[in-house]
Amino acid sequence: MKTTSLALGLGLGLVAGFAAVSPVGAQESINFVHNTYRTGAFSGSGIPVADGVRDYFTMLNNRDGGIGGVRINFEECETQYDTRRSVECWEQAKAKNSVVYVPWSTGAALATIPRAHIDKMPIFSMAYGLSASAVGGTFPWVFNPPLTYWDGASVWIQYIAQREGGLANLRGKTIGLVLLDAPFGREPIPVLEALAREHGFTLKTYPIPPAEMQNQSSTWLAIRRDRTDWVLVQGWGAMNPTAVREAGRTGFPRDKVIGIWWAGGDDDARPAGPDARGYLALSWHQVGTNFPVIQDILRHVVDRGQSNSAREKIGENLYNRGVYQGMLIAEAIRNAQRLSGKRVVTGEDVRRGFEALNITAARWTELGAPDFAAPVALSCEDHNGHHAAFVIQWDGTKWNRASDWIRPDRARIRPLLEDAARAFATSNAGWPARSESCDQRS
Amino acid sequence: MTDATLATRKPFLSEGQRNGLIAGGVLALFIAALVVATQTGTITRNDWIYKIFVDPFVSMVDMPDLLVQTVWEGFVAGVLYSLIALGFVLIFKASGVFNFAQGIMVVFAALSLVGFYEFLTLTMGLPPGFVAAIVAMAGALGIMFVLAVAVERIVLRPLVNQPDIIMLMATVGLTYFLIGFGEYIFGGSPKVMITSQLGLPTGSTMLDFAGGRINIQHLDVAAAVIAAVMIGVLGFFFQYTRIGRALRAVADSHKAALSVGISLNQIWVIVWFTAGIVALLTGIMWGARSDVSFALEIIALKALPVLIVGGFTSIPGAIVGGLIIGVGEKLGEFYWGPLLGGGIESWLAYIIALMFLMFRPQGLFGEKIIERI
Amino acid sequence: MFYRDAGQYKTTYQSDMAIFPLRQDRIGILVILALAYVAVPLMASDFILKTIMLPFLALVLAVVGLNILTGYTGLISLGTAGFMGVGAYACYKLTTLFPEVNILVWILVSGFFSAAIGVVFGLPSLRIKGLYLAVATLAAQFFLQWAFVRIPWLYNYNPSGAIEVPLRTVFGVPVTGPTAAIEVKYLIALTFVVVLTWVASNIVHGRIGRSWMAVRDMDIAAQLMGIKLLETKLLAFAVSSFYCGVSGALFVFIYLGGAEAGTEFGIRLSFIILFAVIIGGLGSMIGSFFGAGFIVALPTILKFGLPAIGIAITGAIAEKIVVMVIGALTIFLLIVEPHGLARLWQIAKQKLRVWPFPY
Repeated sequence: MKTTSLALGLGLGLVAGFAAVSPVGAQESINFVHNTYRTGAFSGSGIPVADGVRDYFTMLNNRDGGIGGVRINFEECETQYDTRRSVECWEQAKAKNSVVYVPWSTGAALATIPRAHIDKMPIFSMAYGLSASAVGGTFPWVFNPPLTYWDGASVWIQYIAQREGGLANLRGKTIGLVLLDAPFGREPIPVLEALAREHGFTLKTYPIPPAEMQNQSSTWLAIRRDRTDWVLVQGWGAMNPTAVREAGRTGFPRDKVIGIWWAGGDDDARPAGPDARGYLALSWHQVGTNFPVIQDILRHVVDRGQSNSAREKIGENLYNRGVYQGMLIAEAIRNAQRLSGKRVVTGEDVRRGFEALNITAARWTELGAPDFAAPVALSCEDHNGHHAAFVIQWDGTKWNRASDWIRPDRARIRPLLEDAARAFATSNAGWPARSESCDQRS
Repeated sequence: MTDATLATRKPFLSEGQRNGLIAGGVLALFIAALVVATQTGTITRNDWIYKIFVDPFVSMVDMPDLLVQTVWEGFVAGVLYSLIALGFVLIFKASGVFNFAQGIMVVFAALSLVGFYEFLTLTMGLPPGFVAAIVAMAGALGIMFVLAVAVERIVLRPLVNQPDIIMLMATVGLTYFLIGFGEYIFGGSPKVMITSQLGLPTGSTMLDFAGGRINIQHLDVAAAVIAAVMIGVLGFFFQYTRIGRALRAVADSHKAALSVGISLNQIWVIVWFTAGIVALLTGIMWGARSDVSFALEIIALKALPVLIVGGFTSIPGAIVGGLIIGVGEKLGEFYWGPLLGGGIESWLAYIIALMFLMFRPQGLFGEKIIERI
Repeated sequence: MFYRDAGQYKTTYQSDMAIFPLRQDRIGILVILALAYVAVPLMASDFILKTIMLPFLALVLAVVGLNILTGYTGLISLGTAGFMGVGAYACYKLTTLFPEVNILVWILVSGFFSAAIGVVFGLPSLRIKGLYLAVATLAAQFFLQWAFVRIPWLYNYNPSGAIEVPLRTVFGVPVTGPTAAIEVKYLIALTFVVVLTWVASNIVHGRIGRSWMAVRDMDIAAQLMGIKLLETKLLAFAVSSFYCGVSGALFVFIYLGGAEAGTEFGIRLSFIILFAVIIGGLGSMIGSFFGAGFIVALPTILKFGLPAIGIAITGAIAEKIVVMVIGALTIFLLIVEPHGLARLWQIAKQKLRVWPFPY
């Protein structure tokens, strides 16, 4: 064995192989490279979301010829929920001048947030990722509307209080949190602990190691032993259907199990069959196809055979979440066109477009989605909005809305987020102060 | 007295018995000391010694229904681990290949079953139900047979006589191929196992026990029964049929088997097909517990500590090992897990396995490793 | 024709045992180093540097490390990603506790922490062998992964549970953090790889390496020859884990720039690195590079390269096909040459030596 660094030669060979390849931007189109995971352990949650976004942009192209007359060049980049691949996709998105990067995993968001302001590509992590990135003053390039996990924790407890008949009745109750044993799962713990101290309930955490997602029997036995009154599920992928099923197996009342919004897929509840009836989850948008925008997708995309999704899956919860995300991004692109006066916008313009995002109830109707979701408004300072959510319930075949809008406790969450953002900026020495100017909302 | 007689004279206690006695004595002394210390108040409820060594046992006695339930859950999990481990052992015994692809074979088999069922009921217009499920089952078995033949032809035959690690690597390549192929054909979205269509029971029974209740899932009982029947059939097959004898001969020595006219290629196909059947059953059982998705592949890793407890070459070892790991990890997670914040199941199985290895490096039932220079 | 050893006489043992006994090899290595140091940063695009070269360089050290353990000492380990994680977290803690110290020093030092942990988990190797040991090292993998999530001190009680790479400069030039130039990162990673590979190559060619190989070939015989098994095996674990630790620190600090352990240092990475070692060739330094190239860089190249040369596959289909191709290629390679890419390389060189007159 000789020439150790001949391997470098190997690397060089690879370079020679496609160094010449450079991105070719088509005339008059806006590029959007979107991360997906249609393969791997988390594909169960990843596929419906990806289908929703994809179909929405295909619909815009087919119906309106794109946004503002410019076609959206929508492209998927497969990550397998793997950070290394997600970083590749960042580079791919950058090379193709994507106007926004959608990480679809907390790990990918964390790895790419520090690069956003350098590569001038905004990151849109819808209700996941780094909670502190809600603070626009520190993270001008990152957007995570409509609410953070910390807001989710607040909504959880408010909903439980509603069912128990007031916050005062929480005293002495035991609330369990079944969580994926990863940073994503541990995210709500600090807020829940603070709320537990304040309202006098006991918080029990039940971590599920990633390798044991489908093997939860001891966890649910522990829930039975601890006489837990309510169970919150902070899960994703294959962990969710197993949790619902185990709740049924141990006879825990399903209408006292509340998933986070990522534990609210139709495929999370359906495999448990009748056992899943009554299972709850948070959400911030409606399900079903009774919206003009979904009908347009059916007419302009599905009927033309351009959708990857099965027809009966359209209108499911995670599919509609993909559509919701598509609508927010499309609106940001429209704003960017208006603010910059250009037809073909860049990532920098779209960043401004996000900060000007203001979808009122009337605007939701114009977009073809009346009462589809709560109004969303962002600002230069607030990149999240801490908007209201509600609870949906599985009736054995589909999700139904089961509560009114519940507003998270913004006054409590916001200072915590600002502290976290400050801590991030100080621990990351050299984190730049915001230099991006702020547009006045028109 | 000659040396020979010296060597053959049996000591009063064998070395193993002596070690066992010593360990037992130490344990008894330790327990006695604990009891005395707790009674006299030397150890209070908040001491870590109390929390580790006394508290779990107190709660076991306090709530016997939970103890029984935990052991039952561990037993069921153990049966399923054993099934996965069984697939490994079959192949390792007959061909000396550590089949890394067993996990993906489980997923692949289950996906084929569900995929066939969907195809039959949706495209072919067969009425949904037991008949379609059985036809789908036959189809899935057919696929596993084709896979076994393909593996033997394409992977094993050209790689005869290569070192173990190369064979392992080949099965890793097979794993990658099957992942890509499976996702290409069946898509990545999770599927619901056709549990009731296959005639598997779904309900549960509550038993009153010592002031509490024990919840027994009928599916789990069925899993245990099916596993037992399958192991019985396999045992019979190995012990009393001509092919079984041939299999055992191959496991003993490839060369000797070849020299008495046993076709290695044929045996390998049979063994891989048998592992495929085991994989299909495992897939059905695990799939019925959650859903059929590629995430199930990770579960197959749980077979590895089972294998090192039981030994790579022993079928009873796989079963006993599976039960030890299953019950051990559930008890550990349930009673000791909270001390560490829970979620220790992922590594506890390996620690249990390591403890066994420290005393028997070849596993409980593995063949003794004899090293010669 | 040009690659001949005729006329190059060895007059001392030193020259006969040199790493590159042939003049052509010495020239070749210099050319390659020059290319790697000058041509690549000048010519390659950011995309290639970031998505292929950096992860390749970061992971190749782990492959070298595991090859020391598995290829040279015959101990199979599946805890590689765990040890890499130790390196990454150690580096993070060190640089946040002592920010004034040069980050490059900490990247190197974090390897020692990893080495210490490696020794602890290497203890069972004295009693357990072969595949049994491989499974036993999984305990390290799962335990460490659990610890990274469960011990908040490791990530400075960061609410996101992740480690973020702060900006660090060396002589005023930013080397880590988002503002560091990609070329600087590349050159640093390259220097680490070149220096540490050179060190590893010398270790395995020396007395220590020979005792490792003696243990690999038959440990009882090695013991009879006076090699102390305890020290030798644990040293192998230590050196191997050191390389994995440095690799992990580079992976997070130079390449990713922020990570959460649950997804980064998982069992998949351990397997990937083991595959790279076997595909590349057990007990071969050059094989480690080939293996890392095959397993780490090839998926990326196929995924982005195929569409670039006109084969239109996108997104999920590409991923599925890439996975299938990798699997099929692995089997094919093993059938053609079970001893890995390194053996193919040797054969090629042998052919070259007698070309164009093979008789």
